[in-house]
Amino acid sequence: MDNAKKRPVGRRGFLKDAAATAAAFVAEPSAAHGHAHHDHGHDHQHQAVPSDVALRVKALESLLVEKGLVDRTALDAVVDSYETKIGPRNGARVVARAWVDAAYKKRLLADPTAAIAELGYSGGQGEDMVVLENLPKIHNLVVCTLCSCYPWPVLGLPPVWYKSAPYRSRAVIDPRGVLREFGLDLPENVEVRVWDSTAEVRYLVLPERPAGTDHLSEEALAALVTRDSMIGVTKVSPPPAGGRA
Amino acid sequence: MNGVHDMGGMHGMGPVVHEKDEPVFHEAWEGRVYALTRLVRAAGGRWNIDAGRYEIERIPPADYLRMSYYERWAVRLPIQVVKMGLATQAEIDSGAPAAGSARATPQLTAAMVPAMLATRVSTKRDVKVKATFKRGQRVRARNIHPTGHTRLPRYARGKVGAVVEDRGVFVFPDTNAEFLGEKPQHLYSVRFTARELWGDRASPRDSVYLDLWDDYLERV
Repeated sequence: MDNAKKRPVGRRGFLKDAAATAAAFVAEPSAAHGHAHHDHGHDHQHQAVPSDVALRVKALESLLVEKGLVDRTALDAVVDSYETKIGPRNGARVVARAWVDAAYKKRLLADPTAAIAELGYSGGQGEDMVVLENLPKIHNLVVCTLCSCYPWPVLGLPPVWYKSAPYRSRAVIDPRGVLREFGLDLPENVEVRVWDSTAEVRYLVLPERPAGTDHLSEEALAALVTRDSMIGVTKVSPPPAGGRA
Repeated sequence: MNGVHDMGGMHGMGPVVHEKDEPVFHEAWEGRVYALTRLVRAAGGRWNIDAGRYEIERIPPADYLRMSYYERWAVRLPIQVVKMGLATQAEIDSGAPAAGSARATPQLTAAMVPAMLATRVSTKRDVKVKATFKRGQRVRARNIHPTGHTRLPRYARGKVGAVVEDRGVFVFPDTNAEFLGEKPQHLYSVRFTARELWGDRASPRDSVYLDLWDDYLERV
């Protein structure tokens, strides 16, 4: 469903002529777009014919830059922030701190936005946070059925599956089936609480600390915490036996 | 609106496909459309988050389902830019500023981006508004079908739940999306049992929590 390579269909033929205009920009060296920091491959950048949507976005960016409405290096900085700084490692540090510091955990549950800001994380789509503590008999799961609301400051931008029709449609009606697809088969006696992010409140799941991690440092604990466990589709696994700790 | 975006409880969408080691942006243009959407807000003009969601919801359903998340953003951005008065449709069609148009100065430089991204822009409002419901009270989500923007999903309408928390006073999306005012009102966390929503075959233990405004609820 969410296949970025599929050809888009514009709402009212928007920019149908823009592709031709944008073709003029394709010859620009890719460095002009500031992608040098990408460590994952963008093979499409080197294709002879970029996708229609890529051309439309490029044409629009050029127009807005030319009109002096946006600064290209500021755009680069936004992309770089979400690719390298604002991501699930932030949330993992919050979780690890809560695991090792009981007073912090208490603050985190009582005033989540402020406690998260203590560690330096705040901003758009994290203005009013709620932290949901997973317990042996209570499992919390977060979804946004209406769009793709997600706590950006602590988890970064959402993965494709979180934004996809299968997850959005099924998380509320069949949460246990969805969890099984993530490899988590919860017993009947565990209560599942699904949180549909219908307003501007954003949810972070505080997963259970795995057994056998008493000896681990806060930093080592943070390394165990996955994005998916903070959405509530998985648990945090203990470190592999004999693994580095 | 009863659009295809309101997906909770639908069948037939298939399994959840989980990509291992997924990149933040799969293609460079996704990052660009994301960043452009964040930054054009600083260029002036009337806009808000609910208006933005409403534009996405008005993408025709077949297109909405076929498109990826950022393809929808790429459809919204030119609409948003025109509605904000930042560019004309003719300029977008031609890809060039109108002859003789004034050149603005970008309001946000790269150096300002980290602080901008870390800034809280809450829709919580510090105003005194009477709360209609209390914690613990049973409430019914109203059986309403607004044709505009709303954050009351279809699957909850007409269902009875319990208020578990009063989250305070927040901007009301239904009016805000169409610039008809913020109409700030209490927002509640409401718990619905899975059986109330989905019938007797649902787990007796499970529940779904929704954040719902005063105007979405009625007394039982």
